[in-house]
Amino acid sequence: MTTTAEVEKPRTDPGSERAPRPRPGRIRRIGLPYLLLLPALVLELLVHLVPMVIGIVMSFKELTQFYIRDWGTAPWSGLDNYKVSVDFDAPVGEALLHSFLVTVGFTLLSVGLCWLIGTAAAIFMQDTFRGRGLLRALFLVPYALPVYAAVITWVFMFQHDNGLVNHVLHDQLHLTDKPSFWLIGDNSFYALLTVSVWKGWPFAFLIVMAGLQNIPGELYEAAALDGAGRWQQIRRITLPSLGAVNQVLLLVLFLWTFNDFNTPFVLFGRAAPEAADLISVHIYQASFVTWNFGTGSAMSVLLLLFLLAVTGVYLAVTSRGRRASHAR
Amino acid sequence: MRTIRAAATGAVVMSLALAATACGGGTSTDGEGSNDSPKTLTYWASNQGASIEVDKKVLQPELDKFEKQTGIKVKLEVVPWSDLLNRILTATTSGQGPDVLNIGNTWSASLQATGALLPWDEANLAKIGGRNRFVESALGSTGAQGKDPAAVPLYSMAYALYYNKQIFADAGIAQPPATWAELVADGKKIQAKGKQVLGAEGANVSENVHHVFVFAKQHGADFFTADGKPDFTSDGAVSAVKQYVDLMAKDKAIPQGNAEYAQNQSVSDFAKGKTAMLLWQTASANLKSQGMSEDKYGIAPVPVQSGTPGPGAQVNSMVAGINLAVFKNTDNLEGATEFVKFMTGDEEQKILNKAYSTIPPVASAQSDPGFNSPANAVLKDTLAKSAAALPQVADESQFETVIGTAVKELFADAAAGRAVTTESVKAKLAKAQQQMPTK
Repeated sequence: MTTTAEVEKPRTDPGSERAPRPRPGRIRRIGLPYLLLLPALVLELLVHLVPMVIGIVMSFKELTQFYIRDWGTAPWSGLDNYKVSVDFDAPVGEALLHSFLVTVGFTLLSVGLCWLIGTAAAIFMQDTFRGRGLLRALFLVPYALPVYAAVITWVFMFQHDNGLVNHVLHDQLHLTDKPSFWLIGDNSFYALLTVSVWKGWPFAFLIVMAGLQNIPGELYEAAALDGAGRWQQIRRITLPSLGAVNQVLLLVLFLWTFNDFNTPFVLFGRAAPEAADLISVHIYQASFVTWNFGTGSAMSVLLLLFLLAVTGVYLAVTSRGRRASHAR
Repeated sequence: MRTIRAAATGAVVMSLALAATACGGGTSTDGEGSNDSPKTLTYWASNQGASIEVDKKVLQPELDKFEKQTGIKVKLEVVPWSDLLNRILTATTSGQGPDVLNIGNTWSASLQATGALLPWDEANLAKIGGRNRFVESALGSTGAQGKDPAAVPLYSMAYALYYNKQIFADAGIAQPPATWAELVADGKKIQAKGKQVLGAEGANVSENVHHVFVFAKQHGADFFTADGKPDFTSDGAVSAVKQYVDLMAKDKAIPQGNAEYAQNQSVSDFAKGKTAMLLWQTASANLKSQGMSEDKYGIAPVPVQSGTPGPGAQVNSMVAGINLAVFKNTDNLEGATEFVKFMTGDEEQKILNKAYSTIPPVASAQSDPGFNSPANAVLKDTLAKSAAALPQVADESQFETVIGTAVKELFADAAAGRAVTTESVKAKLAKAQQQMPTK
């Protein structure tokens, strides 16, 4: 905001209007912002766009182990990689679809829980009380920990024979008849969800907490005078005021969780159990482990298109909804 | 104005620098090797010792010796197993790799197909002393049949049955089991003493493949047809996989908890005296580092269906081992060849294989009395008589993944108490076969 104001200032300055400057100065003035953007633009091209374009090119090639050494010579395969990926009657496509559905379910649950826990915690921490700073810092620990260290600790806790989780659930609380497996079989979905929520909610907490700072205290005072209870205040003031924050927060959480590679990979290794076969690890396996980088790239491009579509629709719908509510 | 100009100049310079560094740096990946830098070599070693630090301590003095002899400085990097194949693939794709590297011998045919490794034709082999220096079984795992080897054998290993002497004595077992039926029967006696019978890495894809491969041999089956097509659902293959998984599902010899093991927990269990038996390759160094001394355990051949180990259906181990390969686009071809000759020479073979408790694949080094301990005798015998090489096909890496994953899922079924039947095994193997590349 401040930069545009500064750039526009000279134009409205009557002094510069009176005496037209020679052209080079004008070009220089107009060109300067672009020039200053240039390094960022070049970096963006190099770091993001070029690899993306290469990935898209790869998805049209038959890039198996026979060609990776000199992949200029890999034959063009047209849409074959895509056909294989979306042929849901054949094993590769079927597995991809299964993995996609698992990922969608997992992401919705994880984002929902992260948001719920994060928002609840942020609202509870709104009032000042002794030890609030300490508690805030404590809540942020999972977010600050290195992913590998945190997740490998969960692996130890989820172990069947001497893990902490089974020790508590089975040995102490006697909730299960026998120790459960968490890292293989169907329970792995819940193990993954637990770790993902544990790792993700502090971010929601942090963002919502920042959003709460922007709600003027008078609103609450006025509402209290009108006789609104705590719950009504949350519903009528807090949540509507957080609209813009939540819009971005949910989107970011969705994209991060959907794409998360580290958590499932550290939890399960290169062959994830079917119940927790997230799409990022699935694509990794389709390309690196089976050495078929063409199909892996095609799957990645499909994932990219899906996420772009979701993001676009989400932003269009939520922005329209917010504009409508503003107009009211 | 001056500051603006400076900022603008800075922006342009930085952009140009970024663009320049991005475009430079890449070398051609289709180079055929040269001798442009004759004084240095880069060597990627696999992790053979108890830790990467141990490997550095073992290898560095030898590399110094090589430098003294030839004046070539070798830069060493020890790469952990979890990274090695990915690193090699990346190096293959980018052309930015080491000059000399260790590979798992089962990868030979897959990596050979990429064309990234120098083929060891007669002329190249002659430079390091000829084909006859190496033991035949080790050469069987250096690439596809009928092609020049993609690598030469460096260390050889075989599976053996490690058993805890104390637990065996307590359970009143005089001899280690020679057949699977005996192992299951002994297991009952061991369980009566409150100990676990047999350790396994149920979630480790590679371990699973090594075991079911041997079981398949014992059932007279192969996972690939003679012309290299996957054939996973033959009766023999199904019985083989079922027999291995049944060690947990039906015979209860492998504890259910082992279904999720993938980080060598079964070795720890054995070292701690929780399990009585372990099927492993060269566990000595690992057991020692976990506090189990050599007199506490015995080493016997892996069981067979009946009779004694031998060729054909009496096979009881894969040919395990490490091969040494040269990257085709090395810029020190002569130095790399010289280095391979050094590493496969009698003296280095004796030093290194002793340090890693492996068996030298070089015949003249193998006869050294240092390799005649009872443990080594079992391994040498196995390698000489009853070990078979994993399929030497280009799709070997994919085969390991899909079959190893199928067995992992079957173990998960067994651990969850679901029935493991001939049909369920066959269905899993059929699914695995469908995932293999069709071209």
